[in-house]
Amino acid sequence: MDFPFPEYNLQYMLPEIFLFVWALVVISFDLLSKRNNGSTTGYLTLFGIAIAGLLLGLVGNGKGFGKMFINDNVAVFFKVIFLGAAFMAVGSSFGVMQKKIVNHRGEFYALLLMSTTGMMFLSSSQELLSIYLGLELTTIPLFAMAAFYKDDKLSVESGIKYFIIGAFSSALMVYGMSFLYGLTGSTDLAQMKVAFFKTHLQFGDMGIVMILALIMLAAGIGFKLALPPFHQWAPDVYEGAPTPVAAFLSVGSKGAGLIAFAKIFVDGLYAYHSPDMAPNDWGMLIGILAIAAMVLGNVLAIRQTNIKRMLAYSSIAQAGYIMIGMVALSASGIASVGFYLFIYLFANMGAFAAVAVFEDMTGSCQIKSYAGLARTSPFFSAVMAVFLLSLAGIPPLAGFLAKYYVFASVVDVAQRSADSSWMYWMVGIGLLTTVFALFYYANVIKVMFFSPETSPYKVEAPLPAKAVLAIGVIGVLLFGLYPEPILQFATGISSSLHFMP
Amino acid sequence: MVPISAYLIVAVVLFGIGTMGVLISRNIIVLFMCVELMLNAANLALIAFSRSLNIMDGHAFVFLVLTVAAAEAAVGLAMVITIYNNRESINIDRFNILKW
Repeated sequence: MDFPFPEYNLQYMLPEIFLFVWALVVISFDLLSKRNNGSTTGYLTLFGIAIAGLLLGLVGNGKGFGKMFINDNVAVFFKVIFLGAAFMAVGSSFGVMQKKIVNHRGEFYALLLMSTTGMMFLSSSQELLSIYLGLELTTIPLFAMAAFYKDDKLSVESGIKYFIIGAFSSALMVYGMSFLYGLTGSTDLAQMKVAFFKTHLQFGDMGIVMILALIMLAAGIGFKLALPPFHQWAPDVYEGAPTPVAAFLSVGSKGAGLIAFAKIFVDGLYAYHSPDMAPNDWGMLIGILAIAAMVLGNVLAIRQTNIKRMLAYSSIAQAGYIMIGMVALSASGIASVGFYLFIYLFANMGAFAAVAVFEDMTGSCQIKSYAGLARTSPFFSAVMAVFLLSLAGIPPLAGFLAKYYVFASVVDVAQRSADSSWMYWMVGIGLLTTVFALFYYANVIKVMFFSPETSPYKVEAPLPAKAVLAIGVIGVLLFGLYPEPILQFATGISSSLHFMP
Repeated sequence: MVPISAYLIVAVVLFGIGTMGVLISRNIIVLFMCVELMLNAANLALIAFSRSLNIMDGHAFVFLVLTVAAAEAAVGLAMVITIYNNRESINIDRFNILKW
């Protein structure tokens, strides 16, 4: 008998395979050296991530495992972001390791690498099953990482909250997926699209079931993205979790949710519309979520006194800005989403790295402990200010361009389509919320620079953390003045996702 | 032959019980069982669809969902033990240090 074996083409998976093996290497090294190896484990992890990035550059685009694993422009773009996030999270974790996680470095780094592997698989998936597996491989290690300070009540509580929400949301998602599979007869997004296009559904139209399934999927992914009304876990988890983990969560988990969202809703299901639902309505639904995220995140961030909590609300708001790019459902929209996420990587990871350095030294995350820091450590304060201003979207920095492109892509679509006045409203509300955002970011800067007292602390960052801060600042400044390379890289994404004309 | 709608109705009922359990229950272990119930409802629906469409993708999906559920259970129970160690309780109403 002759079985039609799919083409495996394992070489396209090389970066993922390498990262996974490297996770095992790191944990074995830690155990074999009797957990007595200083920062070597951390450097080993950084080295592994760098090698994985190199491999990613070498393998090129192609398909493996039948069509289950696709390395295209979208996948490569997001993989670069995930590897970058992992690199910067590891870089900012050295201080925490020395103070609090002395005896469990191997597990920490191995979990982080496995989570990164999951994100990378997710970016390459083209099919419900692999999307589900990728998301789970991303989040399950993160549950454990959030609760990594086993004796710290806050950390364990944040871990268990994250776990409950994560497990619940993935159960919702699987149930939604089961109906999608039942209605279209396939788990492959491309075939699903064909089924929708011909409105060739297996059990007739079943409009209401379809919409329920989509709501469940959206809820499942919304939890990962921390979009309102599924955002409540984010501030708690960011506050309790170790700071490098919160940093990794804010970019990595958000990116993972974003790519899953793009694959399922933008790429896979745009062709679906029932009699009572025009394709444009997709955009409006996403728009409502985006507005809710921007308003809620920015308004609630104002009253926070803990900087990690403030950054958590700010990241909810940032997710809102990112979703605005999705509303356009156009090639330039998706490119602006990519660009935004790339810049967000530098600014947010940088801000969290700075918070981590400060926390390692003082043990405090309160905004008021930053008072007068500019007098004793002016350089550090300036770096922190650059990150916050970029997150707020102040012109010469890259955050401004990111916001500009996102809004411009929506305005562009709004001009071309009829019945789009709501898009202008959305852009208006978005611009208004950036003013709120400026208020709380500037508050931290005010505390650091214009407080009458002089800080008792002088910030000394370990070398890897310094490197991360430098990468962040260079990224934010350089791509603010010279965005072309990233813009081109991001525009490449749209060629791999397919849109309405 | 039992029609597919029968299986789907059982799945919906299971899913409903699971969801209500997650929202109502105060004990982490019970809550956790309810999540498993939701996953099993999804599995049942997948198998029913797979059988009636005669496409095997659903079966493969179910095996992997079961595997993931096991992995999740391992991490989850470990965390329940950790939190019991430092709180002496597994009632989620007690986990309220983190608040906005």
